Amino acid sequence: MSSRSALARDDIATSARPALLRMERITKRFGAAVALNAVDFELRAGEVHALVGENGAGKSTLVKIMTGAYHRDAGDVWLDGAPVDFDTPAEAQATGVYAVHQEIHLLGKRTVAENVFLGREPRRWGFIDWSRMHADATTLFADLGLEIDPRVVLSTLSLARQQMVAIARGVSLGARVLVLDEPTSSLSDRETEILFELIRLLKAQGTAIVYISHRFSELYAVCDRVTVLRDGALVTTCALKGLERLDLVCLMLGKSREALRAGTTGFASVVTPSEARSFSRPEGSEGPAPAEPLLRAESLGRGTYLRDVSFDVRRGEILGLAGLLGSGRTETARAVFGSTPADSGTMRLEGARFSPHSPVDAIRAGVGYLSEDRKADGIIPDLSVRENLTLAALPLLTKYGVVSRRRQMEVVDRFMARLGIKATSAEQRIRDLSGGNQQKVLLARWLCMTPKLLILDEPTRGIDIGAKGEIQHLVQELTASGLGVIMISSEIEELVEGCARVVVLREGRDVAELRGSEISERAIIHAMAESSA
Amino acid sequence: MRTRALALLRGSGALVALIAACIFGVARYEAFLTPENVLNLLRQNSMLGLVALGMTFVIISGGIDLSVGALLAIAGVVAAMVSSRGSFVAVVAGVGVAALLGTTNGLLIARARIQPFIVTLTMLIAVRGATLAISAEQSINVDVGASRLVWLGRGDVAGLPSPIVLLLLAYAFGAVLLRFTRFGRYVYAIGDDAEAARLMGLATDRIVITTYALSGALAGLAGVVLAGRLGSGQPVAGGGWELDAIAAVVVGGTMLTGGHGGAGSTLIGVLLLGVIFNLFNLEGTISPWWQWVLRGGFLLGVVVVQSRFQRKTP
Amino acid sequence: MNWRRVVPGPEYAVVASLVFLVVANSVFTPNFASTGNLWNVLLQVSPVMLCALGMTLVIATGGVDLSVGSTMAIAGAIAGVLVERSMALALVAAAIGATFVGVLNGTLIAALRVQPIVVTLATLIAGRGLAQIISHDGQLVTIDVPAFMTIGRGHVGPIPLPVLIALAAVVASMFVVRSTALGRHVLAVGGNPAAARLAGVPVRLTIATVYAASAALSAIAGVIIAARLGASDAAKLGQNMELDAIAAVVVGGTALAGGRASIGGTVAGALLMQVIATSFNMLLVPYAWSLALKAGIILVAVYLQRPRRV
Repeated sequence: MSSRSALARDDIATSARPALLRMERITKRFGAAVALNAVDFELRAGEVHALVGENGAGKSTLVKIMTGAYHRDAGDVWLDGAPVDFDTPAEAQATGVYAVHQEIHLLGKRTVAENVFLGREPRRWGFIDWSRMHADATTLFADLGLEIDPRVVLSTLSLARQQMVAIARGVSLGARVLVLDEPTSSLSDRETEILFELIRLLKAQGTAIVYISHRFSELYAVCDRVTVLRDGALVTTCALKGLERLDLVCLMLGKSREALRAGTTGFASVVTPSEARSFSRPEGSEGPAPAEPLLRAESLGRGTYLRDVSFDVRRGEILGLAGLLGSGRTETARAVFGSTPADSGTMRLEGARFSPHSPVDAIRAGVGYLSEDRKADGIIPDLSVRENLTLAALPLLTKYGVVSRRRQMEVVDRFMARLGIKATSAEQRIRDLSGGNQQKVLLARWLCMTPKLLILDEPTRGIDIGAKGEIQHLVQELTASGLGVIMISSEIEELVEGCARVVVLREGRDVAELRGSEISERAIIHAMAESSA
Repeated sequence: MRTRALALLRGSGALVALIAACIFGVARYEAFLTPENVLNLLRQNSMLGLVALGMTFVIISGGIDLSVGALLAIAGVVAAMVSSRGSFVAVVAGVGVAALLGTTNGLLIARARIQPFIVTLTMLIAVRGATLAISAEQSINVDVGASRLVWLGRGDVAGLPSPIVLLLLAYAFGAVLLRFTRFGRYVYAIGDDAEAARLMGLATDRIVITTYALSGALAGLAGVVLAGRLGSGQPVAGGGWELDAIAAVVVGGTMLTGGHGGAGSTLIGVLLLGVIFNLFNLEGTISPWWQWVLRGGFLLGVVVVQSRFQRKTP
Repeated sequence: MNWRRVVPGPEYAVVASLVFLVVANSVFTPNFASTGNLWNVLLQVSPVMLCALGMTLVIATGGVDLSVGSTMAIAGAIAGVLVERSMALALVAAAIGATFVGVLNGTLIAALRVQPIVVTLATLIAGRGLAQIISHDGQLVTIDVPAFMTIGRGHVGPIPLPVLIALAAVVASMFVVRSTALGRHVLAVGGNPAAARLAGVPVRLTIATVYAASAALSAIAGVIIAARLGASDAAKLGQNMELDAIAAVVVGGTALAGGRASIGGTVAGALLMQVIATSFNMLLVPYAWSLALKAGIILVAVYLQRPRRV
C-alpha cells in the first residue's frame, strides 16, 4: 500500500471543519521568474498548518500575498467565504490576517503596551489614557497566560517574549489567521515550549495558525496538517500525523521514496554502488586519512545557530556540508571565514591554531569564501568585471598602492578564459551579467588568490544548467591540484556526485559523516531528517 | 542591573551636569545667582530653546533639520516687513512663512524620498538667498505701531520676560504633545523603526511632514521673537543656530538615531549649554572662539559617549 | 528602467549644460568670452575644485564631510601665522594641522560608527573656532611674504598657479580612483559594504583615509586663498565651502548613496556652478538669487540620482 493514499484518507477525515482562508490558483511573477505557479492553499479554523519547502519553494511569497505585503498576479483569496484583496499589511491586519515575522517588526524602544496598541491607543479627551492602556494590556496578557509587564521597553525582553508581544498584538487586533514565520529560530528549548503552549491555547480558541519552520521536531509537535511547496508549485497538502519524516523530506526535495528504497534498507551503514557520477573522486579519498588535515574544526559554536560542529577537510578533497535550511551550514562557513566568528570551539589550519576574527585574517591565511547571497554579499554592482574579479587579490597586484594594470589584466584575461566568463569586455559592469557569469567572476575572485581552502556556499544556486556543469567541473579540477574545498549545497545530487565526504548538520550540530560509497541521496536525506533523540 | 544604572545615567546625565554647573557657578561667582544674570541667561537662550524644541521632534523622528537658522531669519524679516499692518499680521506672516517652508522640507523628504540633510541643507541656502533678496541685504526695522511684536521680545508678564514665558509655554505644549497624543507617540515610532511603523499601519508620510512643519513653525516663532527683541528683522540672524540646536538636543540626551528623547531633556540641554557659556562669560578670560571649540568638542564628546551606550544597550 | 539607457548619464548632462552655458554666456554676456575672464573663472573655481575632489571620495564611500570650510580656515590661519618665520614650516604645519581634523573625522566615523553628518558638523564648529584662536584670537592675519603669495598669485606662462595646482589634484584624483587599491576600496565600500568586508577590503582604514584626504585637499585650498588675498581671515575663509563642494559633486553625477566616483563629473560640476555664479555676477543678478538657484540645482541633481526602491 502506498503511503500517499493512506495520507489522503486521513486528510478526508479531518476535512469536516470549514475552511477559514482559501487561496486558489495563486500566481506571482517577479520579472521573468515565476515565484508561485497556480498554488492552492486552504486553512481551517482551529488548525495549525505547517508550510514547508526549501529555498525558492515560494513559502514566503505565499505568506506575503496572504498578509498583504505582495499583490498576487492571478488567483483568488477568500476569508470566511468572502473574497478579499489586501493592498497593504495594515489592511490584512484589519481584516484579521496577521503575520509575526522572524525579524520581529515591532518598535524596540517603545514599551510593550505601546507596541500592542500602536494605532489604537485608548484616549480620553483626545489625550492618550496611559493607565487604561496598561490595564488593557495586563488583561490581554492574563488571557493569553503570559506574564509580561506592559510598562517595560520592548527591547529589554528576550526575543521569545518579544514574539509573544507580537502575537498578543495580533490577538488584540482580532486576528483569526496568525502566520508565524520561523518563530523559534532564535529561541531556547524552554522558550519554544512557552510558545507552543500559547499556540495550543490560540488553537483551542479557534484561531487558524500558519506555521513556517525548518525544524521537523517542532512541526510534529504542534502542527495538524502540512502544505509542501517546491519551486513555486504546490506538492501536496496532507495531515502530518502518519507522515514519516523521510517522506516529508522526500516531498520537499522532490525525490520519490520508492526510488530511494530500491535495494536498500537501514540507515547510512548500507553500501550503495557509486551511481553514474559526472565527475570522479580523487584517488585515495576512501583510504586512511592523512596524518594532518588541511583544516580541523572542533566543536564550533555560536549562540543558538551553531551548537556543536566538528569536521576536518583534507587537501585535494571536496567536503560536503549538508543540512536543511537553518541547520547551521552557512553559520559554519562564516565561522571558518571569520566574518561571524565562532564564540566557542577551536580550529587548526595546516596544524597551526586558526581563529580568524575577520575575513582579512582568513584571507591572509589562504581561505576564500564564495557567499550564498550573490547580490547582498558578493558583487559590487557598479564595478566592472575586472574590478570585481580582482577585489580580494588587490594586495597581490599592488605595488606602493598602485594597482598594476598589466598584471591585473593578465589575471582577468586568464580567469575569464579559463572559466569561460561571458561579458562584452572586462570593463562591463557586473550587474549587467547573467547570474551564472556573475558567479564565475566571484569564483575567480578567490581562485586568482590561489587559496588553500575554498568555501563554496551554494555555488550553483540560481544559475543556468550550462554554467552549473562548468563550475562543478572546475571545482573538481582544482581539488586535483591540492585545493581543499568545503561545499554547501541544498542539491543533494551535487553533494553525492562531487564530494569525497559529506558532513550532515541538523539544528546546529554535526549528526553524521558519510564517506566514499556511504554517500547516497538516501543516506544524506535520512541523516537530515532524523531527530537526534 | 548594570544596564539599568547606565540607562539611568543616560537619562539624567545632563541634569546632573546642569546642577553641578549651577553649584559651581554659585560658589565661584557672586554675579551668577543674581536675578539679572538668571533672567538674562534665560532670555538669551529662549529663542534657541524654541528652535531646539522643533529640532527635538525632528531628531526623535530620525531626521535632521539644518534649515532652522535660515527659517528663523526669513520669519524675522517677513514679520518686520509686514509689521506696519499690525502685530498680529506680522506674527502670523512670520511664523506662517517658516511653517510653509518647513512643510516643503517634509514633503521633499517624505514624498520625494531625498535624504533629510540634503533637503534641509539646500533649504538653508535657498532661504538665506531669498532672505537677502527680499530685504535687499539690509536689516528691516519693525514698525513703531507693532507694539505687541516688540512686546514679544522685550516685554514681560508679571516681571517675567515674555520670551521666557513663551519658552515655558512652548515646552509644556511640546511635552504634552510628545507624551500624551497619538501624533507624539507616532513620532517616536517612526524614529524607532519607520518600516515597522508603516507595517503596523501608521501613515508615516503625514507624520514626517508634520514634524518638519512644526520645526519650521517653531524656528519662525523664534525669529519673530528675535525681531521684536531687536526691533528689526535681520537677514543674517540665526547663523549657525542649527548647530547649537542640534547640540542642545544631543547634549540633553536625545539619541541622534531617533526614537528617543523628549522636550524636557532638550530644555535641560539648552540650559546646560547656556549656563556653561554664561560661566565662561563671567570668567571673562575665555574668548568666543574657545567657546566655539568647546561647543564642537562637547558635541563630539556627547555623540561618542552615546555611541558607546548604544552598543551596550542594543 | 530603459529610459536611463537612452538618456545619457549624469556626466554627459553636466558637460552638455556646461558647454551650453559657456556658449550662451559668450553670446549674451558682455566680456564673458574674454581670455582674462575665462582665466578668472578657472582661478575662482580652483579652491572649490580641490575641496570637491576630496568630497567626491568621501561621498563615494557613502559619507559626507561638512567640515571642509573650517579645515581651510585652519590651514590658512596656521600658514598665515607661521609664514613670517619660515615658509616651509608654515606649509608643513598647515598640512599637518588640517589633516589632523580629517583623521579625527575619519577615526570617529569609521571606528565608532557615529554618523558622518554629526561628526563633521561638530568639527565644522570647533574647527572655525580653532582657526580664530590660531589667528591671534580672531585677528585678520595679513601676509607679506612674496614667495608665499606666489602660491595664490603666481603664473606659469599664462596659467595661474592655483589652476595648475587644482589641475594636478584632478589628475592625481583620477589616478587614485582608477589605478590604486585605495580607489577600488573606496568604490567597493560605498557600493556594497557587506561584500567589501567579505572580500577582505579594510573598510575602516578606507573610510578614515578618505576623510584625511578630504582635509588635506581642503588645506591646500585654504592656503591658496590666503596666499591670493595676502591675508587669512579666519571668520570668512572657506565659509559655506561644504555646500559648494557637495553641489559640484552631486551635480557632477556622483550619487550621495555612494559606490560611484566621477572625478570628471565633479570637475564639470564645479565649473558649471562657477560659470553660473560668474555670469550672474557679471549680469548683476543679486548674489541672493544665485544662492537660491544653486539650491534648486543641487536638489534636482540629487532627486534624479536618488536610490530607487526595489
